[in-house]
Amino acid sequence: MSSSAPGAAVVEAASAQVPDAAGRFGEFGRRFVPETLMHALEQLTDEYARAEADAEFHYELDDLFKHYVGRPSPLYFAKRLTEKCGGARIYLKREDLNHTGAHKINNALGQALLTVRMKKGRVIAETGAGQHGVATATACAHFGLPCVVYMGEEDIRRQKLNVFIMQTIGAEVRPVTSGSKTLRDAINEAMRDWMASVDDTHYIIGSVVGPHPFPMMVRNFQSVIGREARQQCLDQVGRLPDEVIACVGGGSNSAGMFYPFVEDRSVELSGAEPGGRGTRPGEHASTLSYGVKGVLHGSYSYVLQDADGQTQDVHSVSAGLDYPGVGPEHSYWKDTGRVRYNPVTDAEALEAFHALARLEGILPALESSHAIALALKTAGRRKPGDVVVVCLSGRGDKDVYEVARVEGLSI
Amino acid sequence: MAFMPFITAGDPDLAMTKRLIGELAACGVDLIEIGFPYSDPIADGPVIQASYTRALGRHLHVHEIFSAVKEVTGGKSAIGGDKEQGKSAAVPRSSAESSPTPVTVSPVPPLIAMVAYAIIFRIGNEAFVGAARDAGFAGLIVPDLPADEADDLAGLCGKNGLELIPLIAPTTTSDRTRRIIATARGFIYCIAVAGTTGVRDQLPPELSQQLQWLKSQTELPLAVGFGINRPAQVDELRGLADGVIVGSAIVKQVAAISTDGLAPDQSLANVATLARAMVAATHRTK
Repeated sequence: MSSSAPGAAVVEAASAQVPDAAGRFGEFGRRFVPETLMHALEQLTDEYARAEADAEFHYELDDLFKHYVGRPSPLYFAKRLTEKCGGARIYLKREDLNHTGAHKINNALGQALLTVRMKKGRVIAETGAGQHGVATATACAHFGLPCVVYMGEEDIRRQKLNVFIMQTIGAEVRPVTSGSKTLRDAINEAMRDWMASVDDTHYIIGSVVGPHPFPMMVRNFQSVIGREARQQCLDQVGRLPDEVIACVGGGSNSAGMFYPFVEDRSVELSGAEPGGRGTRPGEHASTLSYGVKGVLHGSYSYVLQDADGQTQDVHSVSAGLDYPGVGPEHSYWKDTGRVRYNPVTDAEALEAFHALARLEGILPALESSHAIALALKTAGRRKPGDVVVVCLSGRGDKDVYEVARVEGLSI
Repeated sequence: MAFMPFITAGDPDLAMTKRLIGELAACGVDLIEIGFPYSDPIADGPVIQASYTRALGRHLHVHEIFSAVKEVTGGKSAIGGDKEQGKSAAVPRSSAESSPTPVTVSPVPPLIAMVAYAIIFRIGNEAFVGAARDAGFAGLIVPDLPADEADDLAGLCGKNGLELIPLIAPTTTSDRTRRIIATARGFIYCIAVAGTTGVRDQLPPELSQQLQWLKSQTELPLAVGFGINRPAQVDELRGLADGVIVGSAIVKQVAAISTDGLAPDQSLANVATLARAMVAATHRTK
């Protein structure tokens, strides 16, 4: 067993050949978990490697993607949005058109299929806004697996619609009453469940966070987004895009969108972080823009912590971006300079929500609205011949109550 | 056998923590684990987690814990001889006839910091180990730092005369166990049940088998924690383990100050009753 302390890596150009066998993305990632989980993580790493190398596994997953999810999702030229910006042509990767309305289903189905392969009979998951919970409940219904979803009490209150959907699909939603009663506490509680149930239970984590192999595995399942978008851009535009934009909370849709472009050096990659209502601690969740290097939820990455290593409270108008950590590969991309991360405020995201609704007849999720807002800023500064591809990671139906509340309206 | 209670630093405040250390020392406990409150403790059950939340809610800082501990220890660790062999003076092997009762140079038994790696990393491995040494800690338990990632911290602990206590879980394979104990010092923390800390009705039947096998693999003392809360369980472990750790059952007695308005003196008395019973049970030879 050999290791060096985190914090002493040489910065090189970003590679797509990460992580290494120890789960390192440059210096980031790895495993900081109780010994009780180590064997399960080693086992999962091996099982996933076998599945990755098995054509049958890919065949089954591709078949589900095509017939159950409705993939490939379209790459759509947003003509009126482009005209409004008066700059680059804006294309939207329509993950909002997937079954269950967001990109989360890609990962949930991949991991559920893996659960069946591993012959584990029970699934647990955490959820913040509820999109990953709904996706996991859906995948479990498809495979006939019992499913428990941990969800913060505060999020349950904010996202009643998704709670109802999960229960209707047959999942048990367990309220989490500890700590901040939001996503990070739901992850803690799911990890605690897993500590005691690891023999017969798989934990379908919802983002590119947590200990190795989760960040790598979730990225790979989500990479279908970027692979499709890259090919669609070549087919529809005739060349690669100039810039690719996605929102970053934990970072799963963005990791899946960016990863297939990492070694296309001509393509600029931009992440939109939840800038909330200010730059002070507690007012935002822009982990990469304002955070420090640290350990959270089993992984070494950028985090929002105080000087003692205690996790700070976060805020975003979007419940799905409201997370004080970020996937380790994003930290690697930040430090190598491969991806630029920009905070987008609540107000900018809400403006983009309305702009896309009115100009294109598409109601984006508040998460995705952050990416749209960043695209509106950057496309206007670009030449008319340029091409910007934005990941529209989810649809906004779930957010209408929250938008109405923020704007003082009632539904 | 050794008895090793766990208390949470700063619950409800550090004054109580200092009193608890004194009271537990007076009861004759062999070692005390001091939990550093952390915002996201994955390995802990509801009782210890709630104590962490209360302490942090009162803005407890790490340097304040070190100061309070230093007041109790005078900055000197109570850990004694046998260090060159990598054995803990606090937890003698129960089978080793030649190991007498530990020699303590201070009335305070060895103090071990139980602390999340998030805290250590943020403060810096070197700075944290230095501060722990200066406060008079004898060692560290870092529940979320697996052996695979522990080389740097283990090296620093070694240089500073602290023991980094390794953990072994019911799910740890024999291969991993051999790798972990190859570099282990002090004692081995054996996690009795797969899951979080907290009181259990019974210990799993596989535990005794695992302890027997572990004993054949290492000379180091074996301390068992997670799920233990009463003297009757000590009998189950007699001859198998060299020490037992009790956390949640003690933290619960202290929590009552905050949750039920229990008087601190009464809470101390309750802790002492439990500690004396556990000391009597563990120190009994049969």
